[in-house]
Amino acid sequence: MSNFEIVAREDFSDVTYLLEIKHPLMARAARAGQFVIVMSHEEGERIPLTIADYDRAKGTITLVIQAVGKTTREMQQTCKVGTSLYGVVGPMGIPSPIGNAKKVMCVGGGLGVAPIFPQARAFKQAGAYVIGVIGFRTKDLIFWEDKFRATCDEFILCTDDGSAGIMGRITEGVKRAIEKHDDIDECVAIGPPVMMQGVAEATRPHKIKTIVSLNPLMVDGTGMCGGCRVKVGGQVKFACVDGPDFDAHQVDFDDLMTRLRRFVPEEKEAMERWSENCRIRGQVDKIAPPAPKESDLERY
Amino acid sequence: MAKKRTIRTIPQQRTPMREQDARERATNFAEVACGYGLEDAMRESERCLLCPDQPCIRGCPVNIDIPGFIQKIGEKNFRGAYDIITATNLLPAVCGRVCPQENQCEGVCTVGDSLEPVAIGRLERFIGDKAIAEGWTNIPYMEPNGFKVGIVGSGPAGMACAADMAKAGCDVTVYEAFHQPGGVLRYGIPDFRLPNDVIDAEIRNLAKLGIKFECNTLVGRLFTIEQMIDDLGFDAVFIGTGAGYPTMMGIPGDSLNGVLSANELLTRCNLMRAKEFPNFDTPLPLGSHVTVVGAGNTAMDAMRVCLRLGAKDVHCVYRRSKTECPARAEEVHHAEEEGVEFHWLTNPVEILDDGKGGVRGMRCIRMELGEPDDSGRRRPVPVPGSEHEIETDLVVFAIGTNANPIMGQTSKLKLNKWGYIEADADLATSIAGVYAGGDIVTGAATVIEAMGAGRRAARNMKAYLGLRDADAPYAAESKGGAGKLFGIDARERNFVRVRVPA
Repeated sequence: MSNFEIVAREDFSDVTYLLEIKHPLMARAARAGQFVIVMSHEEGERIPLTIADYDRAKGTITLVIQAVGKTTREMQQTCKVGTSLYGVVGPMGIPSPIGNAKKVMCVGGGLGVAPIFPQARAFKQAGAYVIGVIGFRTKDLIFWEDKFRATCDEFILCTDDGSAGIMGRITEGVKRAIEKHDDIDECVAIGPPVMMQGVAEATRPHKIKTIVSLNPLMVDGTGMCGGCRVKVGGQVKFACVDGPDFDAHQVDFDDLMTRLRRFVPEEKEAMERWSENCRIRGQVDKIAPPAPKESDLERY
Repeated sequence: MAKKRTIRTIPQQRTPMREQDARERATNFAEVACGYGLEDAMRESERCLLCPDQPCIRGCPVNIDIPGFIQKIGEKNFRGAYDIITATNLLPAVCGRVCPQENQCEGVCTVGDSLEPVAIGRLERFIGDKAIAEGWTNIPYMEPNGFKVGIVGSGPAGMACAADMAKAGCDVTVYEAFHQPGGVLRYGIPDFRLPNDVIDAEIRNLAKLGIKFECNTLVGRLFTIEQMIDDLGFDAVFIGTGAGYPTMMGIPGDSLNGVLSANELLTRCNLMRAKEFPNFDTPLPLGSHVTVVGAGNTAMDAMRVCLRLGAKDVHCVYRRSKTECPARAEEVHHAEEEGVEFHWLTNPVEILDDGKGGVRGMRCIRMELGEPDDSGRRRPVPVPGSEHEIETDLVVFAIGTNANPIMGQTSKLKLNKWGYIEADADLATSIAGVYAGGDIVTGAATVIEAMGAGRRAARNMKAYLGLRDADAPYAAESKGGAGKLFGIDARERNFVRVRVPA
């Protein structure tokens, strides 16, 4: 496989963008919960990205990307409609099991909103009552609200600053949903690790089965390197082949967050160097090299 | 005709191969062993007694006519030597470098009974390199037979199988999950042992046989083995996906950020070119005091990569003694020369946290050898009260791999209790027309063993497809009797594909 053409692009905000990529075989094979590994060019790194949607008729898959590091910012500039990615491999990981749950809460935070959508849709198609809870930092970052409203039986929108929906972290929305419904069978949460940890703690006292999709650093994505190992229930698991979905109440989130900080100095160096090159080439007027912050870990 | 050679008349000493100076080479990724020059090769070729017994051919997993090609070198007919080698081995430049010859051809060499054995590997490499430099390839006449064969994995097993099937006239497609073909040759073996140019050249040769390489394709997930047969029109499939799933020790601290598998280190460095970061985007954890756990070939590669990346000191921690160490003798020797510090009979018990998620040291315990275990090697047992600390900031585990689960997750292939694909003596799996070989069947082994498996599978795939094996001796026909026509088993023609529904 080679030549992965970008057939559509949409920019949700300054940092979030959507790419639709032609890959008929993958569109046919992909299931909710799976991910791909993308290489934007020959010297690039391999980055895991969750499949946000797929269209079997058009033969495309959709990725929603947040420009947080060197690679994703560079892609934000170079990935235009008609251009191609150097490598896209997948669909990787075990598809999320869409069981017979009658009432399901689908929680998506930040970029996790994109990959939670196919899950919400799959549960809906399987006949479940679907409560969608999605959260963003602020109103300008919101995307796909309409898609969720059209799919979910109930929909709760949260923003950290209260600029849309209810004010507060996504766990606020989760709490409200649990208060209203005492018969939720299952919760699926995708987002930054802190958010997934928050949701896990919110559902734990109510003993609601909660599944999270983990996205640690990866190289091959085929179980060969062990870079993506996570601790679940005291055992070492590889997110790429044993996951990416795991029981949220068993996941060691602190370990996950530590491991995500593995290459912070290198990521910073790459970012600074790239920004400098951009300045020199005059492609970008001004890009301040950002200090690595907690939010940079939010690969979703 | 020269005088008959005897053990007394041949050059008594093995011809040395030029190597980069140990201190010099530990700072670069250029090849350590420079290879034989013309005169070296001529001289070494004279050491072969051309003995009638030819134990070396039997010692070679792919049965290269070793005395035959050495004789051609003696006659300065290098092309002739190349033709002989490539009759059974398409990758002489690779195998000459990475085969454990001391356990194979050289280990049984007649000369080796009284002197150092003939340097067969070095001679093979000489011919392989010469072929690359001269642009030689041997493309046999291939009559397309209309069969479509799919190969899963482009490592040594897949390459060997693909070559044989293509030469039999099949339309062969090789699938690779990574973005470049070569498998372990590409991601695992470092440049100083096997330069990328060599892999590229060997793959170009395969492409000349008409083999198609499809990268970025994760078989099992993008399409399944069953779909290859049912929907994609493959008449036979070979699975050579290699070993996967590196083992971690399961000791406290092994999820710290300064701990990784040798597979990850080598993949980042070799395939992703992290050693050229930031020109390439993939980062690599750098350590000043590196400890590698394990003493196989992968461990040696990992240690020597770390030295070249600028580690101040590199330690090897192994729970058995040097005698039991599974690495090739030459690799251990090279690592020692380059300054790796070996801690034999030592086992880690805990990796110590630096308080920031990284590694500050490793607590180890000394071992002694007790009674022999299942592998026949004496079992190491801890010495009470011998715990001590090693200062280290990067720990690399090279202690083996478990079976990769993807094939098992996505197909109905029968697996053994360890999760490897179950294959019979013909390397046929539980699904008709699907064969498997290499590390995914046997667990971690060597490049040449994987190639041997790929070729064995190819032989049986040809039989399955009803193709006459050109390599099979005609003599067998007369014994075959009824039911055989031109050496083809009549039953092979009408193979009914049976699939048991789950």
